[in-house]
Amino acid sequence: MHVFAKLTRSEFRLLLREPMQLFWIFVFPSLLVVILGCVPPFRKPNADLGGLRVVDLYVAIAIILTLASLALQVAPMVLATYRERGILRRLATTPVRPVTLLGAQLVMSLLTAIGSVVLLLLVGRLVFDVALPRQGAGFAVAFLATAGAAFALGLFVAAVAPGGKAANTIGTLLFFPLMFFAGLWTPREVFPEVLRRIADLTPLGAGERAVQDAMSGQWPAWGSLTVLVAYMLVFGLAAARLFRWE
Amino acid sequence: MTVITVDHLQKRYGDTVAVRDVSFTVERGEIFGVLGPNGAGKTTTVESIAGLRTPDAGTITVLDRDPRDPELRRLVGVQLQESQLAEKMTAGEALELYAAFYPEPADWRRLADELGLGGKLTTRYGKLSGGQKQRLSIALALIGNPAIAILDELTTGLDPQARRDTWELVESVRDRGVTVLLVTHFMEEAERLCDRVALIDAGAVVALDTPAGLVARVSAEQRIRFRPSVPLDDSVLTGLAEVREVRRHGTQLEVIGEGNVLHAVTAALAAHRIIANDLRVEQASLDDAFVRLTGRASTGEQS
Repeated sequence: MHVFAKLTRSEFRLLLREPMQLFWIFVFPSLLVVILGCVPPFRKPNADLGGLRVVDLYVAIAIILTLASLALQVAPMVLATYRERGILRRLATTPVRPVTLLGAQLVMSLLTAIGSVVLLLLVGRLVFDVALPRQGAGFAVAFLATAGAAFALGLFVAAVAPGGKAANTIGTLLFFPLMFFAGLWTPREVFPEVLRRIADLTPLGAGERAVQDAMSGQWPAWGSLTVLVAYMLVFGLAAARLFRWE
Repeated sequence: MTVITVDHLQKRYGDTVAVRDVSFTVERGEIFGVLGPNGAGKTTTVESIAGLRTPDAGTITVLDRDPRDPELRRLVGVQLQESQLAEKMTAGEALELYAAFYPEPADWRRLADELGLGGKLTTRYGKLSGGQKQRLSIALALIGNPAIAILDELTTGLDPQARRDTWELVESVRDRGVTVLLVTHFMEEAERLCDRVALIDAGAVVALDTPAGLVARVSAEQRIRFRPSVPLDDSVLTGLAEVREVRRHGTQLEVIGEGNVLHAVTAALAAHRIIANDLRVEQASLDDAFVRLTGRASTGEQS
């Protein structure tokens, strides 16, 4: 097996040994949709939401939640811990470059996110009859762009945080406001106009909008995709410049 | 055949000079010790040799290559100070993973057996003892079948038994033809293991010799301690050519001298019909050489 595949498998195996992280990544997003779906009014079409049901909206929000947990909380902590424990330095003394481990961690995270999203879509479809994304290609683009922006932010946190604990704290501090703008507590459809405009400029707000667009059959708004790509480039490049290997 | 050449190495971090002037060569198949007090520049020196740091001045070649040559990563195994593994990765997983990094790895199961880790393959890194972690770290340094192994402070934090086990391990590594560059601040370790030692202090090599050679540099001096059976006048001993100094510690006498001082003292005592009780002769050790050459006390066993 190729070294990269072995590293990715090893990262995945380590994630499987973290029950709390697995809960937040795999179980909680689907559980959230199930709990909200159990509230009868949330299963009725709502004119304020453009004829959608609350449970419809929360499938998209839960997709963003999955990406946010992985990109802002798990990945920065894992990578900063790898630096703190000298694991990246040890790799630098082997034929494998430390950046390979970083890549394996990101690929593992993305595959994990895809798995969790598939589970979410299935739960939504089978339990609450939430339509699968009608704009398939647009959904893939919106998902990947959001993942790109979120992981660029997470890498930036891993780059500037002195250690694993600090990375986790910074990630969590970012997680709550960013998830607020993604509509975790109140969907953006019922935000006041000003708040919605701000949300559209935040990475997870723009991501939620793009994913929601694709879910309901539209191509994601170019404005949202532009915001996502901008976050990906700015924080991705900053992380690449600032990342310390020891 | 020379495998490592370090020539007038210099390295500073900001205003701090870590390495001022270090030069030495390491021959194939030897255990070469880099010895010195904490903060002397040992780790910076070996990390430069391992290609992890770029020197400010001076040259290093490892197996006739620049230390940063990627080709060296498979020829040089490195055990770094304070380098750990993921807490929940098992010893066996780590060995299998790292074996996959190299084109011609050692058989990791056999290596684990040889290092006494055979029964610990399914134990997670976080649950290994200090000695087991250290042995796993050494195993990872050897897993690529390197020509050179760099081992930095490998027995720090180990209990005396684990330390002795590790020493046997290093000797067995050398016995399979691997050149070992060993960084240590334990005299006993250097004396027991090293064929040659570079003693580094304040960023410079102050002595380069075999452990016995280093001791010989300071061993001209001998100290004799005893309790005379009857009170004795100092002049009986200070008059002897071999004796430099006589000190009194209560009823005990300490005689410091050179050459055949023991014979001179016992002969003088016999002539005065004095018996030397509790006679002890102290010869210089590597510890004394260390203190003399660096002007400070070495770190004790329990540091």
